[in-house]
Amino acid sequence: MKKTGAKTISERILSNKSKLDAYAGDIVEAEVDYVMVNDVTAPLAFKEFEALGLSEIHRDKIVLVPDHFVPNKDIASAEQAAEMRRFAKRWKIDNYYEVGRGGVCHQVMVDEGFAAPGRLIIGADSHTCTYGALNAFSTGVGSSEAAAVFAEGKLWFKVPESIKVRLEGAMRKYVSGKDLIIKLITDIGVDGANYRTLEFGGKGLANFPVSDRLTVSNMAIEAGGKAGIFPADSETLHFVRKFAKGKWEKVDPDPDASYLDEREYSLSDLVPMVAMPHLPGNGRPVSEVDVEIDQAFLGSCTNGRIEDLRISAEIIKGKKVAPSVRMIVVPASSLIYRLADEEGLLGIFAKAGAFVSGPTCAACLGGHMGVLAKGERCVSTTNRNFIGRMGHKDSEVYLASPAVVTASAIEGRIVAPKGAGA
Amino acid sequence: MKKLRGKVWKFGDHVDTDQIIPAERLTSDNNDKLGTFLFEKVRPDMVDRVGNGDIIVAGRNFGCGSSREHAPRALLQAGIVAVVAESFARIFYRNAINVGLLPVECKVQADEGDVLSIDVDKGRIVNETKGTENEFQPFPPFVQELMDKGGLMAKIKEEKRCTK
Ligand code: SF4
Repeated sequence: MKKTGAKTISERILSNKSKLDAYAGDIVEAEVDYVMVNDVTAPLAFKEFEALGLSEIHRDKIVLVPDHFVPNKDIASAEQAAEMRRFAKRWKIDNYYEVGRGGVCHQVMVDEGFAAPGRLIIGADSHTCTYGALNAFSTGVGSSEAAAVFAEGKLWFKVPESIKVRLEGAMRKYVSGKDLIIKLITDIGVDGANYRTLEFGGKGLANFPVSDRLTVSNMAIEAGGKAGIFPADSETLHFVRKFAKGKWEKVDPDPDASYLDEREYSLSDLVPMVAMPHLPGNGRPVSEVDVEIDQAFLGSCTNGRIEDLRISAEIIKGKKVAPSVRMIVVPASSLIYRLADEEGLLGIFAKAGAFVSGPTCAACLGGHMGVLAKGERCVSTTNRNFIGRMGHKDSEVYLASPAVVTASAIEGRIVAPKGAGA
Repeated sequence: MKKLRGKVWKFGDHVDTDQIIPAERLTSDNNDKLGTFLFEKVRPDMVDRVGNGDIIVAGRNFGCGSSREHAPRALLQAGIVAVVAESFARIFYRNAINVGLLPVECKVQADEGDVLSIDVDKGRIVNETKGTENEFQPFPPFVQELMDKGGLMAKIKEEKRCTK
């Protein structure tokens, strides 16, 4: 790699955190700001950490969020959640988010202000890349690597090359960040950004809200991406001033930084998309799809935010979920649940005949609360539609935006809402 | 480092970690028997027939999806010692190295049941059944050192002992 002095956002953050002049391809050891683990990945991390026999831990860097199988779905998951509680107590870790006061781990990281510009954050969950939306370098790792950060506060990284994605124009009605990212993954392939960062930019950012950026960064991993990063503009700053804990500093890319590839998307040309089973990269315009559904799921770290619930409520208000469909609505965090309650959204969903629950990962990973039977089909705002992801190996998941999921719940088949793209 | 020799299990592109080990098996009471659930949704017959030291040969993007370290652990527990793939998803690649499963990035010709031998030091894979040979890139020194030490936790253990 050419060492020009000019850096991408990823090169800049990994240089800052390793105190080295680092470029794509270099392997660095870098100081990690936060390490997050959830109830699925925590027990293994605890076991690995405790096997080291240390008496010190980087407690202020650790964030513990039970979310996958909580509220405890069975005895095994109850034991697992209990392990988190015990570990938090034993090691005096304050950043533990109990059921009812937390939610899906990535949304908790945003709501509680751990995610902020310029930070280096890892999580033992692949969708840790979500916080790139807020100009952080964040990426998923395994449980052992999380344990390594518990012990050392730092970790090794190979500085990734970046692909620049420039956004232009503005999205039309009922088109969203979900449609952009499904289109992008379909274009570059589910390994199109493997080992790489997708770095977003362009004038279109001014018309691309933080909630949509969070959806896009969340799904960078579905293209194999190590990170999906946005620059921090006035929208970002407005957002993080409200939420971020502690100090942070935004990081801009240098104008002459070197990119592996550059792509451009016109937001104005986007249409509602759906990713067909069994890969997030099987995207098609909704208008080309004719599929009957049994379940519609609105929630997850991808699209369980207040903005998503608002769009959905606007579409379903005064209407009913089709008799043949179960619609499941799961706000991504306790904060979002409270906002949705205050705004009267939860009542709108309940009146329409949807099932509404408190925050958890729920059906997203086929854990509980909406597992699919053989042959069943679900249109979902989540991020993965792998074989058996939501239940039986012969069930199917179709990924789409909150607007499409809601319109489909009403119609009983996958459709875009009336007026979409107008 | 070591030489490996084993029977091939053949897979295609984009084998995700939900296929390797489904999410509903990821509870701590299963941590020592992850291998018994290996590929249970997509190849339920495999677990009973996989032998110790067997090798998976796959296409692109092996191990995509969730960051669950349970995936390489399930493979190891079932007896798989190496995965030879055209490419790997990055989190899986790191996890494999950390738990002691060998990930080799290389395109090889192999059918199910062929016998493969891998010479890690020489960067050579021989398909003994077909009589073909492939070479692969050596690991970067940092990664090689990690593997030699037995993974990240083993390395940290060693470092902490040195300093204390
Ligand atoms: S909501 Fe789904 S994708 Fe997000 S952390 Fe939970 S299981 Fe993973």
